[in-house]
This record gives sequence, structure tokens and C-alpha cells, in this order.
Amino acid sequence: MALYSEKVMDHFMHPRNVGVIENADGVGEVGNAKCGDIMKIYLKIENDIIVDVKFETFGCGSAIASSSMATEMIKGKNIHEAMALTNKAVAEALDGLPAHKLHCSVLAEEAIKNALKDYYDRNNIPYDDKTFPDCEHCAHCE
Amino acid sequence: MQVYADNAATTAMSQVAIDAMLPYFNQNYGNPSSLHSVGQRAKEALEAARETVAQCLGCEPREILFTSGGSEADNQAIISAARYGARKGKKHIISTAFEHHAVLHTLNKLEKEGFEVTYLDVRNNHNVTAQQVKDAIRPDTCLVTTMYANNEIGSILPIEEIGAVCKEAGVPFHTDAVQAVGHLHINVKEQNIDMLSLSSHKFHGPKGVGALYVRKGFPLVNVIEGGAQERGKRAGTENIAGICGMAAAVKDACDHMDENMPRVAAMRDRLIAGLSQIPHSALNGDPVNRLPGNVSFCFEGIEGESLLLLLDANGVCASSGSACTSGSLDPSHVLLAIGRVHDVAHGSLRLSLSEYNTDEEIDHILKVVPEVVQYLRNMSPVWRDLQTGKRQYIL
Repeated sequence: MALYSEKVMDHFMHPRNVGVIENADGVGEVGNAKCGDIMKIYLKIENDIIVDVKFETFGCGSAIASSSMATEMIKGKNIHEAMALTNKAVAEALDGLPAHKLHCSVLAEEAIKNALKDYYDRNNIPYDDKTFPDCEHCAHCE
Repeated sequence: MQVYADNAATTAMSQVAIDAMLPYFNQNYGNPSSLHSVGQRAKEALEAARETVAQCLGCEPREILFTSGGSEADNQAIISAARYGARKGKKHIISTAFEHHAVLHTLNKLEKEGFEVTYLDVRNNHNVTAQQVKDAIRPDTCLVTTMYANNEIGSILPIEEIGAVCKEAGVPFHTDAVQAVGHLHINVKEQNIDMLSLSSHKFHGPKGVGALYVRKGFPLVNVIEGGAQERGKRAGTENIAGICGMAAAVKDACDHMDENMPRVAAMRDRLIAGLSQIPHSALNGDPVNRLPGNVSFCFEGIEGESLLLLLDANGVCASSGSACTSGSLDPSHVLLAIGRVHDVAHGSLRLSLSEYNTDEEIDHILKVVPEVVQYLRNMSPVWRDLQTGKRQYIL
């Protein structure tokens, strides 16, 4: 389908890192079923390095592809690099998303940040609240 | 294998329809308004086509107006009835909550002009009853407009009964029969239909052409102004090739309806029986009064667009009412109207068949759909929450 780039279709048809990490060090979930997309990210972190990452996604093709790409982009990176991942970078890595699907890449960024926040909370690592978005996009379909 | 199961969106053209069109591109290419012989040959073809379409609907040829398609016909029918009603101080319209946007958006426009519209509830049996129509009729009702059959969920409305109620109350009755013509037996006189819209490409005819049946004497308002074509009610040089293709297609469909209908319905029933086996799924639409080719399901825990993409990759062309496929944040208004909640409406699938489909294709669909649904459920956090009891099943 011409709707999506080849990269998006590749990550949609052959998603990387699908699944669950039992005893994950950080778990983040964003979106809601009413809106039609939910992303859940599981992180395994050792010495500040993301040694493993898995995702589960309920959503459209670009949501699944964005999750897949985002997990690839943070795997093996340290948590500060992962925190710096932007939705724009995810969308660019996918060779672009249709305008009305850009929120899928936003969701991917937010899901990762959410999982990192969970990791910080569990380990009592201090952080600046402003670093984390409050999943603003979910509000407009309530 | 590539299975085309999206015939409610559009159909492949039949060979008879293609053959009927070909002479009108470079042989009989005249303008029917021209006085010379080339023009008059086109005029004859136009009138022959009108007669064919009229025969299939049980009306007179002069009651058929050719349009650019179903949407234009819906617009003109509704606007005409509204203007006529307004002249007599009647500004109330009755419709249903699951109409096509060609009807809904026209009604929305009229509401902005001060008309009041009653949208009948369709949650009961995913259909309406003639009694609902009867109860909604008021002294100032100027139009009842209900679809003949629903494009997404396949429910066939009790048209003859609604027609009788409207006749008794003296209220004009329009039906958007885009999904019904060529697939169901229609007789506008017996069914007391005052106006009926149809679209050629839903029954193996060409796109860009349709018709409006209007009972003789009903005052039409032009939607397209210009020349005196179509007895002054629809300007623009007639799409002769398209009209001839449509006439051939509708004749072919009506001639073979009695063989096609049971065969298509049997394939439909096999799909419904097979897909009902998928746990936490539900059939959308009236299970009994149902278009022969319509199969519509909701599957809990998955989203429709990813379902469609994977089905396409596995050789099945279908459609969905999910938000992602509509380009808006809300899933199909039809699914919401029948009472499906957002969470479930996102996971909808419509398979629509025609007589061109085969039993082998049905086998293929029955193999692929459950696999793809399971694959997507396995990566869905919603499905996991349902399975672990963190979230309650809706279906």
C-alpha cells in the first residue's frame, strides 16, 4: 500500500522486539483503547544501559511500526540517550509517516519516557517532572 | 491468491457493462442534445438506458433522472423534499442514525438552515421498524429518508412497511438504495417509494454514474444548474457511455438475481459461521434481514487498520470502520449507532461479497482471518489485560 513507506511496512510486517519482559526494570503504557491505540514498553536496564526492550501495541500499522522502530533505536543505548529520543527521530527513521499518523510516533516517544520514569521511580532516582509529557494527545479523544 | 471482498466499496465491472459502453466512446460519441444523426443516435441510447433502469425498478422511464452517482442523487432528493416542505411550512425530517454520509451531511446542512431532523435509533436488532417511523411522524414532517440497506453492516430495512406508513401519513419517502439495487428485488410502486437513489459501480457498472428515481409530479430542485438536460432537472451533457454501462449492468444483475442471491448468501453464511468461532467477536447488523454479500464483525482487542493491512498482505482485500481507516479519531458512526463502544468498534472488519467470489476464496478467508486476528491479539496489551482479567471483556 502506498499509504506507508517501505520502512513502515517492513517494521509493521516484521516488527522487532515484540513481547513482554518478565521482571522488567521499567514498564510504560500510554494511549487508551477508546482512541484506538495503546503502547506498552518493557525495559531491562543494567548499569544504565538498556540491555533489552520489548513492546506490545494495540493500534494501526503505523503504531506497530513506530513501536518497533523506537525499540530498535534505544536498544543497547544508555538511559540518557533513550530519554533524548524524539518522536521526530522515530518518524524520520521510518522515512516519514502520513500527517494524520504522526501521533503514533509521539506515542512511541511517550511510551519509552513513561517506562524510564517507572524505572526512576522504582529506584528512587530523582528527576525533573517537566522532562515527562503528560500524554497530552490522549485528551482530545476523551 | 488475491480475494477481493470489498464489493460494498466498489465492484469489478462486468463484461456486458464494458461491452455496452465501448461504442459510445468513438463511434456513437454524439451529444444527445444535438439535432444531427450522430447526436440522435446517442439520444436513442440514452432513452433506451432509461427504459432499462426503469424496468428494473418498476417505474416509468420518465421517472428516472441520471446523475453522477449515489451521492448526487441523495443530495438532490433530500434538498428537493426539504425545499418543497419549507414552502408549506414543514421543516421536520425523519432519518436513521446509520445513514451514509451523503445523506447525513446533507441533513446536517439542512439542520444549520433551521430544519429539525429525527435520527431513528438503530440499536435494537441493528435496524429500524416501520413503527419507529410512524411514531416519529409529525404534522410538520416533510420527508422520511432511510437507506434501503446499510453499507457497513448489511441490515435491510423494512422498506415496504416504511413506504406504507409514509403513504398513509402523506409524507414523501426517499430511500438511499445504493447497496440494494441489483442485489435485492425492488419495486418502487409496490413499496410506495417516492424517491430512490442508486449507484452504478455497486453492481458491476462503471463509476461516476447513478440515477434518482422520482415519482411523477414530485417537485425536484436542481443541484446542478445549466442546460436543459434531464428535463431541466440535472444540467450537464449526459455521460452516455457510463449510462449505457450502468443500464447493461443493472439489467444483468436483475436478470440473474434469483441465481446470484442464494449463491452469494450461502458464501456469506459460511463466512459468518466460520468467523463466529473466533472468541470474543460479534456479528454487526441484522442477522436475518441482511444483504446477501455482507459480513461484518467486531473482534475485541485488536485494531482494524492493522488487521486490513495484514489481510491485504495475505491476499484478502476488505474494509474496516476503525478510526485509523476513517482518518478521524472516531470509529464508524454506524458501529457507534448500533451501540458498539469505541474500544470494540476499532476492531471491526467488513467483508463484502459478489457473485464473482468463489468457494475457494471463502476457504482462504476462513483460514487467514482467524490467524491474523490471533497474531494481532498476541501483540496487543489490551488482549493481555483481557486475558489476565485486568480488563473486562465487552464481547
